[in-house]
Amino acid sequence: MSAVSDAGTPPVLEVHDLNLWYGDFHALKQIHMVIQACQVTALIGPSGCGKSTLLRCFNRMNDLIESARVSGRILLDGRDIRDPLVPLVTLRKRVGMVFQRPNPFPLSVFENVAFGARVHALAARTGMAEIVERSLHAVGLWDTLKDRLRHSALGLSLEQQQRLCIARLVAVQPDVLLMDEPCSALDPIATGKVEELIRALKARYTIVVVTHNMQQAARISDYTGFLFLGEMVEFGPTGALFTNPRDPRTEAYITGRFG
Amino acid sequence: MRWRQAREWVIEQLIRASGISSIVMVVLIFAFLLKEGLAVFQTVPLGDFLAGQRWYPISEPPRFGILPLLCGSALVTGGAALLSVPLSIASALCISEIAKGWAKEALKTGIELFAAIPSVVLGFIGVTVLAPLIRQAFHLPTGLTALTGSITLAFMAMPTIVSITEDALSAVPRGYREAAVALGATRWQMMTRVLLPAAASGIVAAVMLGVGRVIGETMAVMMLTGNAAVIPHSLLQPVRTLTATIAAEMGETVRGSDHYSALFAIGIVLFAISFSINLVADLFLHRTRAR
Ligand SMILES: Nc1ncnc2c1ncn2[C@@H]1O[C@H](COP(=O)(O)OP(=O)(O)OP(=O)(O)O)[C@@H](O)[C@H]1O
Ligand SMILES: [Mg+2]
Repeated sequence: MSAVSDAGTPPVLEVHDLNLWYGDFHALKQIHMVIQACQVTALIGPSGCGKSTLLRCFNRMNDLIESARVSGRILLDGRDIRDPLVPLVTLRKRVGMVFQRPNPFPLSVFENVAFGARVHALAARTGMAEIVERSLHAVGLWDTLKDRLRHSALGLSLEQQQRLCIARLVAVQPDVLLMDEPCSALDPIATGKVEELIRALKARYTIVVVTHNMQQAARISDYTGFLFLGEMVEFGPTGALFTNPRDPRTEAYITGRFG
Repeated sequence: MRWRQAREWVIEQLIRASGISSIVMVVLIFAFLLKEGLAVFQTVPLGDFLAGQRWYPISEPPRFGILPLLCGSALVTGGAALLSVPLSIASALCISEIAKGWAKEALKTGIELFAAIPSVVLGFIGVTVLAPLIRQAFHLPTGLTALTGSITLAFMAMPTIVSITEDALSAVPRGYREAAVALGATRWQMMTRVLLPAAASGIVAAVMLGVGRVIGETMAVMMLTGNAAVIPHSLLQPVRTLTATIAAEMGETVRGSDHYSALFAIGIVLFAISFSINLVADLFLHRTRAR
């Protein structure tokens, strides 16, 4: 697979020969993939196949797990994310993550959005109020919440909480958004709205989204990777993967014969 | 079947009775305190008792002003809180966030062992080790000062504060930590900006319970603070606390005398202080659980 996309722009993330072990358990096997800028890439596969594990490699969240051991390379804009010259906090500022369960901090709406900006001292150039307003606008929460900025974020609906978590990321101006089943705690209507948001965010961010829901992958993504037992069985443009899978295991999965 | 039901009934009643009896006990003790203590207010008005600057219980006429004792207790307790709260929160953070594996277990056990040291033993160590140190360090006539008491009491408050704070920290959902770290926060930022605020009400409760223990402490304070019933101006003076006064003077009073009931009145004051502290701690603990 070439490191340069069809359009000729260099990819944002490249994964080469990635292997990950939890103790003796080989959770990711020889993963190879390329993630394009300003595209939505979906990771699908049955439960336990390693989707979250792969996603957590991109911002090195697996570093927190003591038993986890990684080999291979992940390049962010051509630079190894484990380059000792790139501090971990800088990597995580550039590659943000949205979790399965909305997890706003038990602070006010304002403080939630301001958190990352404070941590990275971004407010010196623009005011904090402006950063918060811009970020809430970006996720479509500003009009609903502008009078409730001082209220606790825990009082919001789940959908609003998940949007707030995205706003919290947007506030630190990342390049890549990683989303681990961002809609699985939401009802269908809220899911639809968050999917819409993901499509809108694509204009500015590179998005990698894990989902259990194949319709969702088909609806929102440009590229899809199918993971099975730690292997990247198939990776390619979403349309092609769903209409014309090359691997019999992909076909079996998307036609619902297992998983 | 009948027999089993009857047994259930008996057991239930026994449990209920023991529950009620503990409340009855508290009420009885309080009633006894009131009965023995309130008599002193026939001789001394409540205002003079609480705000009087002289405690001369055996002079003629006697003076029963507990302000110096209140100040003594407040100073020793406040000093102990100032010392123990930051240390305890740091230890709790260390145990719950930083230490791993056997180090974590060792720290936890160590703190628990600390709670098991009898206060008279701590007092004894304080007298033989700490007091001379403080006397030399500050060039004082005596090492038995409020500071000596505060330091020793800080050690007594620590186990309570550490273990309850650690519980509060462990109860903070993992998602908060992950979210903070994933946003690029350092571990220190994660702890100070997310963890501590999230655990705040539990930590306040921990501090209150630790302070509650310190206020009621008697033995070590009596051994270490010099027992001078004067209004203190600094931590380096001898002071006398409410508890030490009761313990030191109870033996010399005649039952039913004014002095006797004045000591009981001090008991009422202590009871009121401890009760309010526990109440506040309880409110905060409930707030944590409600969330
Ligand atoms: N911290 C860990 N320690 C050991 N094994 C782990 C750990 N985390 C995940 N695993 C194992 O690694 C495999 C992949 O887990 P992962 O969470 O990435 O799967 P997933 O595809 O995200 O599944 P799901 O769809 O259920 O979220 C699973 O078999 C899981 O049991
Ligand atoms: Mg997962």
